[in-house]
Amino acid sequence: MMDEDSPISPPHRPRREKRGKIPAAFWFLAPALGLIALFFALPILAALLLSFTDFDIYAIGDPSALRWIGWDNYHRLLDHPLFWTALGNTLYFVLLGGPLSVALSLGAALLVNARLTCCKTLFRTVYFLPVVSTLVAVAVVWRALYHAESGLLNQVLGLFGVNPIDWLGDPDFAMPAIILMAAWKNFGFNMIIFIAGLQAIPDRLYEAARLDGANGWEQLRHVTLPMLAPTFLFVALMTMIGYLQLFAEPYVMTQGGPANATLSVVMLMYQEGFRWWNMGFAAALAFVLFAIILAGTLIQLRLQRRTM
Amino acid sequence: MIRLCHSSSDAAIVPRTRIHLPGLLLACLLPLLALTGCDAREDGPLILDLWAMGSEGERVQALLPEFERAHPGIRVRVQRIPWSAAHEKLLTAHVGGTLPDVFQLGNTWLPEFVALKALAPLDDALPPDAWADIFPGVLEANQVDGRLYGLPWYVDTRLLFYRADLLREAGIEHAPRTWSEWLTALRAVKARTGRPPLLLPFTEWQTLIALSLQQQASLLKDGDRYGHFRQPAFRIAFDFYLQLFREELAEIAGEGQTGNIYQAFARGRVAFLVSGPWNLGEFERRLPQDQQDDWATAPLPVPDGTPWPGISIAGGASLAIHAHTRQPEAARALVAFLATPRQQLAFYRETGDLPVRMSAWTESDIHAPPRIDAFWRQLQNVRGVPAIPEWERIATLVMRHAERTARGRADVDEALAAIDSETDALLEKRRWLMERDRP
Repeated sequence: MMDEDSPISPPHRPRREKRGKIPAAFWFLAPALGLIALFFALPILAALLLSFTDFDIYAIGDPSALRWIGWDNYHRLLDHPLFWTALGNTLYFVLLGGPLSVALSLGAALLVNARLTCCKTLFRTVYFLPVVSTLVAVAVVWRALYHAESGLLNQVLGLFGVNPIDWLGDPDFAMPAIILMAAWKNFGFNMIIFIAGLQAIPDRLYEAARLDGANGWEQLRHVTLPMLAPTFLFVALMTMIGYLQLFAEPYVMTQGGPANATLSVVMLMYQEGFRWWNMGFAAALAFVLFAIILAGTLIQLRLQRRTM
Repeated sequence: MIRLCHSSSDAAIVPRTRIHLPGLLLACLLPLLALTGCDAREDGPLILDLWAMGSEGERVQALLPEFERAHPGIRVRVQRIPWSAAHEKLLTAHVGGTLPDVFQLGNTWLPEFVALKALAPLDDALPPDAWADIFPGVLEANQVDGRLYGLPWYVDTRLLFYRADLLREAGIEHAPRTWSEWLTALRAVKARTGRPPLLLPFTEWQTLIALSLQQQASLLKDGDRYGHFRQPAFRIAFDFYLQLFREELAEIAGEGQTGNIYQAFARGRVAFLVSGPWNLGEFERRLPQDQQDDWATAPLPVPDGTPWPGISIAGGASLAIHAHTRQPEAARALVAFLATPRQQLAFYRETGDLPVRMSAWTESDIHAPPRIDAFWRQLQNVRGVPAIPEWERIATLVMRHAERTARGRADVDEALAAIDSETDALLEKRRWLMERDRP
């Protein structure tokens, strides 16, 4: 779900070579660039073209049944009965799950990094385990936890007098259930990044703060959090980008149900594209999602720049 | 199309003394091109590829030695594909040009593959007696625009599986025959067990559609170009289906919460379900031995005042021949062989899949057990769904609205209007194509 390349260190600007001569670096880069062009740029371009056609199974059988329909797919998308549902679900997931996941990772990072904590490596490993475990296996366990009759979660809630909740079968609870699971599954990755950020804060700042009489809370508020701001920006961006592409969790837990309460934009794209072979429409959906992610990223960058 | 073919005998004869550079390069590229597959068929027997799904793919092997004895020049190579991935695999194989000569195809997928021009028509290719006595409703489901594209291999339909002992305890002696008897029986069992006795998952469109076929609802209109779901016949079936949820005779549960249906059925949490012949074997295997006398099957209850047994839905799988097969005669021979009554019976004994030819039933005793006899009676009265590529999609959207309505998020009028308008939008391409291809 997470993307691992980090924008932290900007690439060095190579020195200008003499005009007319292909720099040697080109030949070293060419194989990688070629592969990227072939397997990345070209398919994206093809998908863009596809999104302006009504490519479907009829067109596979008979190419003359392919129509260039311009922006129709994008117009249809706005009227699609499930698009707004899927978009709403996805935003619900991002707006609730994102902050929850980031807060969890920050909390865990502060705990694991605290002076008084013992066995730091052990905790770091344990918290990171969900990230590397297979989602399908995790889903089996979580489905058992969420089971309406025999699930552990309902039994624990029962001790507090809460009536059994049909977590994955009730449209109102299915998305919160997915959010909880996703936050648990993913917080370890961001935690590691936060720990790296925390360790980069020089001790002298804390010493100075202590000399000025700052207590633990004030140190967190005035030293740790401001110093973590760049890390925070990175984590928030990556989480948002990843979470907007929600797919695997609902796919293995609920298949988008009940009553489409956990259908995400990418799941809708998958259904349209690979279940019904409406490739043109699915491609249009992909580009709309891209635009949403781009807009989200720009807004977030702008907001954080202002506060930094 | 690029086809890289090598036969294993060549490789053994050519001595490899030094490294052959172009060969090495070719070897590196081979994985990219391997998608096209290879046939080694220069000298040896002619190889016929057959793809079949699930247990059919496994059990069909037992029938093939006899075919190969009768046709010494042909060897059949079977590939098993799991049902869950079958549709995607067949589609991608078609796009990649690697469909086998003969393959198994679910009935409702057939029109889609006809639209893809992936299937060879069979009516001229096979002797008429190959499909002489197939259940009419099933044969119909394999015809598109009057031509036969798949030879039915085995049939299924949906009918009632129920716990006869629970019904008796509730004071009901025989299986419900009409919708109102069904409601009475469900209410009686619910009064005793205190929970919804009917399992009716929203993921299975077949039940609702079977109920509407019983009302003679035509589902689509104007040559399958527009939705026809607001007609009274469909509305009655839709209302009845929703009533089962309104009265909490069926549980509105997510798919995952149903759990193991065999356990639920054994414990009496589920007393009725609407299902197909594959569950005959499953129930025999999975229910405890001392409960084997407690369950039974019966034809689907019919609307009040109509003859019983009434209509249910035609299903099952067929054998289809690839339009571009390079050995059409051999492919036809295989399909015709598997469709003979004798092989149908042998296949039934291997898999439990019900034969498609009525003579296979009448000339044997397979319908002696009452549970199977219910299928025999139901199969005389089956109807297919509209044979168009968009059908599965339409069925899915119908169920989406059925679920929304059952959950109280829409009323019946809204739901039916939405089903019609979404269906009309889906069929736009079909209308355009029909308009374009009109002579």
